[in-house]
Amino acid sequence: MYRYDEFDHTIVKERVTEFTGQVKRRLAGELTEDEFKPLRLMNGLYLQLHAYMLRVAIPYGTLSGTQMRMLAHVARKYDKGYGHFTTRQNIQYNWPKLKDVPDILDDLATVEMHAIQTSGNCIRNVTSDQYAGVAAGEIDDPRVWAEILRQWSTFHPEYTFLPRKFKIAVTGHSNDRAAIKMHDVGIIIVEGENGEPAFDIYAGGGQGRTPMVAHLVGEKIPARDLLHFMDAIMRVYNMHGRRDNLYKARIKILVHALGAEEFARQVKEEFAKGGAGEDLKLPDGEIERIRAYFAPPAYETLPDSDAGYEKALAEDKAFAQWARTNLADHKVPGYAIVNVSLKPIGGIAGDASDAQMDAVADLAETFSFDEVRVTHEQNLTLPDVKKSDLYEVWKRLDAALLATPNIGLISDMIVCPGLDYCDLANARSISIGQMISERFADLDKEHDIGELKVKISGCINACGHHHVGHIGILGVDKKGVEFYQVTLGGSADENAAVGDIVGPAFTEDEIVGAIETIVETFVANRKDGEIFLDTYRRIGIDPFKETLYAAA
Amino acid sequence: MAQHINKKARFHSLTANRLLDGEPVYLTGDHGWSEVLSDAVIADGKEEGAKLMDVAAQAVKDQHVVNPYLFDVDVDGTTPKPISVREQIRATGPTVRLDLGKQAS
Repeated sequence: MYRYDEFDHTIVKERVTEFTGQVKRRLAGELTEDEFKPLRLMNGLYLQLHAYMLRVAIPYGTLSGTQMRMLAHVARKYDKGYGHFTTRQNIQYNWPKLKDVPDILDDLATVEMHAIQTSGNCIRNVTSDQYAGVAAGEIDDPRVWAEILRQWSTFHPEYTFLPRKFKIAVTGHSNDRAAIKMHDVGIIIVEGENGEPAFDIYAGGGQGRTPMVAHLVGEKIPARDLLHFMDAIMRVYNMHGRRDNLYKARIKILVHALGAEEFARQVKEEFAKGGAGEDLKLPDGEIERIRAYFAPPAYETLPDSDAGYEKALAEDKAFAQWARTNLADHKVPGYAIVNVSLKPIGGIAGDASDAQMDAVADLAETFSFDEVRVTHEQNLTLPDVKKSDLYEVWKRLDAALLATPNIGLISDMIVCPGLDYCDLANARSISIGQMISERFADLDKEHDIGELKVKISGCINACGHHHVGHIGILGVDKKGVEFYQVTLGGSADENAAVGDIVGPAFTEDEIVGAIETIVETFVANRKDGEIFLDTYRRIGIDPFKETLYAAA
Repeated sequence: MAQHINKKARFHSLTANRLLDGEPVYLTGDHGWSEVLSDAVIADGKEEGAKLMDVAAQAVKDQHVVNPYLFDVDVDGTTPKPISVREQIRATGPTVRLDLGKQAS
């Protein structure tokens, strides 16, 4: 894992001191709310329905056991005993008091954590694949490049006041688990010259009220030109991105207005100018210095199968069910990737109690080389668990209510906080997620349905990624009453697509039945081996419209 | 700021968040602030609402509250009842965590 150098320590410490002073001045009446608001937002502090909300950065979703324990400590000491993991691989606390926030940031800094780049019109915390460094078939570890981008973007003076927020995701794998085409910039590591990593760079993706899939604007960009090329993209955006209309300020609008080809041409022209390019060329030594932080841990040489594990699979049905859904193949024989579901049936997606965070920290330290990942689908991952330890890990997860066997199934939903917490929301989303989860609680039924990604947002800002849900649900307000609009056929993977609106919105009472009808329509029409998305792409939206609205 | 009143609505109350902890609070008849919605003063019509906003503006200057706004209410006797789901949730707490927020105390 990356460890802070003296510069990182200094900038984080100085930022805490600075914000402590700003809070003090605000409370003393020396700063108005209008003056203070942009300052608190630069430190991840929002004001929501019931209280302030603090968003803490987890760069590319990677953290140590010690850091996870600190997140538990913050939940326990300053909040109400829990935190909410987000689609940006961050964590949010829903109840901090303004006067406590400097102390929280001070505590976080002791374990190299902060709330920088979690809000405001800057380059936000870079996200990545939760299987980075451990998935078979990966071209290169995306955390290396995410960290390089992090160092380049943090407090970058030219990109601190962009037209709008700017989100970057990086993956090193052809199976996209980081939704890179739905980001302002998405980066896929590919094989370059002489076996060096290179980058296919996509720009102009995003969700919100104008969902768009990103376009390829740079092909096989050599590793050492990464920052130079990113600089060219940012300069074209910073120069031409709209600042007159909040809703048209994201880079996707610029790419769309210019056309992807013209945008790419302007980027290449900017790139060719050189600019700060020479200074931004990454020296080999620097790449290797960062890479060393992400060197593989000391794996044991093991046979790929483990007799104890196989025996437990055969004898314990509950363990076998969990193993079927919650494990993924590891690149090293004898190891597995463990997915920790934060989606208990009828629970709140992404929420974890302080005790659960401590339990995961224990497991990471004991069984997974002291590393935890946060996924953009609001789950956690233990990346490096020996197969011989899996049964014990499962038992401990189960005891902590963290072993729901549903990764990738219908109850493994992305759900934004919605109107239960969020100041921007128009409708509740958590309660809808809970009702769907309970309706499909029968595990055999879930398995029969197969992979199905349901994503729920409480407003058009789309924090719940509804546009890219196989089934997407958007909460809307109609004269103070909550309604839910359904989209079908969205996807956030390497074949990213924005879902199609199926028809008129449903009431709160109708929405779960509508989802059930959609699933039944899929089951009735599917061919062998098809998941929901395959069937939808084959038969289109009409059969779903018919079953949903025929009776109306 | 989002609009929380309907042009045709007659009765409004005024809410804000307390600066120190973000707690939703309501302007009362004696120009104090209460955590409890049923204590809120009710404005009958636009002019009375505007007067409440003037009182709130001073509380903002005094560092007591932030983000004040009027919202629609129905009147049950002398008690305001919020019309929107949003204000119902603000007045009680998350509907998915009945152990948290005002409803918990």
